[in-house]
Amino acid sequence: MKNEINFWQGNVALAHGALAAGCRFFGGYPITPSSEIAEVMAEELPKLNGRFIQMEDEIAGIAAAIGASMTGRKSMTATSGPGFSLKQENLGLAYMAEIPLVVVDVMRGGPSTGLPTSISQQDVMQARWGTHGDHATIAYAPSSVQECYETAIKAFNMAERFRQPVLIMSDEVLGHMRERVTIQKDIMPQIINRKRPAVDPDEFKPYKPDDKDNLPPMASFGDGYRWHITGLTHNEWGFPTNDPAEIEKKTRRLMDKVNAYRDEIVEYETESIDDAEILVVSYGSVARTALSAVRMARKKGLKAGFFRLVTLWPFPDREIENIAEKSRVILVPELNYGQMVLETERAAHGKARVVPYNLVNGELFKPEEILEKIEEVG
Amino acid sequence: MPRPEVMDWLRKQFFPHLWCPGCGHGIILHAILRALIDSGKKREETVIASGIGCSSRMPGYIDACTVHTTHGRSLAFATGIKLSNPDLTVVDVMGDGDCAAIGGNHFIHACRRNINITAVVMNNNIYGMTGGQASPTTPLGAKATTAPYGSIEPPFDICQLAQGAGATYVARATIANPVLCEKYIKNGIEHKGFSVVEVISSCHTQFGRRNKRRTPLDNLNFLKTASVQLAKASSMSEEELEGKIIIGEFVRKEIPEYTEGYEKLIEAVGGSKV
Ligand SMILES: Cc1ncc(C[n+]2csc(CCOP(=O)(O)OP(=O)(O)O)c2C)c(N)n1
Ligand code: SF4
Ligand SMILES: [Mg+2]
Repeated sequence: MKNEINFWQGNVALAHGALAAGCRFFGGYPITPSSEIAEVMAEELPKLNGRFIQMEDEIAGIAAAIGASMTGRKSMTATSGPGFSLKQENLGLAYMAEIPLVVVDVMRGGPSTGLPTSISQQDVMQARWGTHGDHATIAYAPSSVQECYETAIKAFNMAERFRQPVLIMSDEVLGHMRERVTIQKDIMPQIINRKRPAVDPDEFKPYKPDDKDNLPPMASFGDGYRWHITGLTHNEWGFPTNDPAEIEKKTRRLMDKVNAYRDEIVEYETESIDDAEILVVSYGSVARTALSAVRMARKKGLKAGFFRLVTLWPFPDREIENIAEKSRVILVPELNYGQMVLETERAAHGKARVVPYNLVNGELFKPEEILEKIEEVG
Repeated sequence: MPRPEVMDWLRKQFFPHLWCPGCGHGIILHAILRALIDSGKKREETVIASGIGCSSRMPGYIDACTVHTTHGRSLAFATGIKLSNPDLTVVDVMGDGDCAAIGGNHFIHACRRNINITAVVMNNNIYGMTGGQASPTTPLGAKATTAPYGSIEPPFDICQLAQGAGATYVARATIANPVLCEKYIKNGIEHKGFSVVEVISSCHTQFGRRNKRRTPLDNLNFLKTASVQLAKASSMSEEELEGKIIIGEFVRKEIPEYTEGYEKLIEAVGGSKV
C-alpha cells in the first residue's frame, strides 16, 4: 500500500496522531497557539463516532476529558500557558485517580498572557511540578512535525499502559510550522489499550495492581462494574483512607509505577557523542537549531556532540551522567531563564561543567548563535 | 429503616456516615435513592458525580458508579461522562459553594447546553465542610465565620439562576418535605434535558449555631414555616415573601437535548457507521 504523505502544521499532525492512537474524545477551550488541535478534533471526531466538546474554560475542558476517559474513551485536551495553569488542579485528580489522559501544552511566552504568538520553553518545569503533590510525570517534547504525529500515538500508549496523564510539551514554532508527514500504510503503529479487569464486578478493586506488572487494570463506567473514584487518597477499593500504611502504599505506587519502567519510558537522541568534549543538550524546536550548530562545529573541527531530550520527564539523567564523564562542557540552550539546565546539572554530578544559554525574547536561537556559544565555552 | 431496595444502593460498610447527626444532607441522599429506584435505574448504569464539600461526600455512600471530583467542577466531569456515554444516567450532587461559587461558570453552561444530567444542589447557605464560611447563598445579615458581622452580600437565588441560564427543569424543595424532594428529583431524572433540583438543606453545626437555629429540629421547623408553595407565592406581595422559601416546579420545558444533538451530528457526517 502507498504511504500517505501530508503537508501539515505540527498542531494538525498532533491531532491526527491522536486520532490514529484511538483518541475518541476531546474537551478543550481555544487558546493560541494550540487552537488548531481543537479545530481538527471538532471536524474529525464525529466522523469517527467520537465526541468533541468546547467547554466553558480550560478547567472544564480537562474535566470533561477525564470524565470521558472514565467511560473508557481515549481522551485528550490541548492548551497553552494560561490554560495549562488552569488545568493543573484537575490534572492532579487524573494522577491521583489514575485516569488515562493526554494533555498537550503548546508553549508560548509567559508568565501570564505573555507572548501568545511567540515560542518559549518556559513551561517545562510546570510540566513536572505544576499540579500540587507528589506524582510521576511522563512528558514528551517533539521537535518535528512528523514527530508530533508519532508522539501523540506514543503518549496515548503510555497513558493507557500506566493509567495516568501523559503530557506533550510542544511549542509555538512546532505547532505552526508545516512539514511533510509520512503515514506508513503497510505497518500499523503499535496501539496499547488499557488493561481491563478480569474479575467479577463485586471483586473488582480499581486500585489493586496486578502482581506481574504492578499496574492496576481499569473498568469503565457503564460496563457493568460499580466503583468509586475520588481525588482523596484512597485504598485499593478506591475509598478514602486515613490509614498511614494505605496512604504510603498509594503515594509510593503513584511514583513507582513510572519509576519502575523508567528505562522503557526514557527516550533521547544523540549524534557525534562518542568523542564529544562539548555536549549540547536541548529539546523541542531548539533541538533542530542545536543539531545544525553541532554539525557546523564538527565541520570546524570542534568536538561537539548532540543530545536531545525526547522525554523531558522522566529525565534521562543516567544517560547524561555517562556522557558527562567523557566530556568537558555541557551547553544547555533553552528558551527560558534556565530550567532543564538545573536537571542537567543534577545529572552531571559535577563531572562536566554545565553552562546555560538562555533566550527569552520570544525568538528562536539561530544556529550561528549556538555555534558561537559552543566555540566560546569549548 | 429505608426500604430494602434502598439498602441495596448503599455501601453499608461506611455507615455510620461522616455527616453530623441531624445534618440535612442525609435526607437528600435517601430521596435521591428512592427517586432512582422508582425511575427504574440500575446501579451499574448510574453515575453519581460530586464536587467537594460535606454534600459532595454523598457518592461515597452510594453503591453505583460514583465519582468525587474537584470543588465546583463536577458538572464539567459529568458533561464528559454523559457525552461520552449517553446511556448512563448521570446525577450530579453538589453544595451551594460548589454550584454557585467556584462552580458557577460550569453550572450556567450546563444549564445552557441542556445536557441530560440531573443536578441536585444541596443548599445549606454555608460552607459546611470548611467550617462555616459565607457562601453565595448565605442570606443578607446572616453570620458566618468569614462574615462575623453578618453578610452584606445579596445572595443568589439558585433556581432563578438556573432558569435564566436555560435549564429545562427547575424545582425547589426543602428537607422538611422529603416526599416533595423525592418527587422533584424523580421528575428531574426522568426529564430529558438539564434538570436542577435545589434542595434547601440544613447545617446546624456551621450555620444554625451562628444564626439562632442551633438544633436540627430548629432548622426543620424553620424550613417548614418559611416554605411557601409557588402557587400561593404568586399571589403574595414582595414584603410578604421576605425571608420565605418558595418551593415548587419553576420550569418544565422540552427543547433539544445536547447529547441527542451530537448523535444527530455524528449520523449526518457518517460517524455512526464507524
Ligand atoms: C479549589 C478548592 N478550593 C477550596 C477548597 C476547600 N473547600 C472544600 S469544601 C468547600 C466548601 C463547601 O461548601 P459547599 O459546597 O456549600 O458544601 P457543604 O460542605 O456546605 O455541603 C471549600 C471551600 C477545595 N477543596 N478546593
Ligand atoms: S458541618 Fe454541616 S453540612 Fe457538614 S455534616 Fe455537619 S451539619 Fe452537615
Ligand atoms: Mg453548603
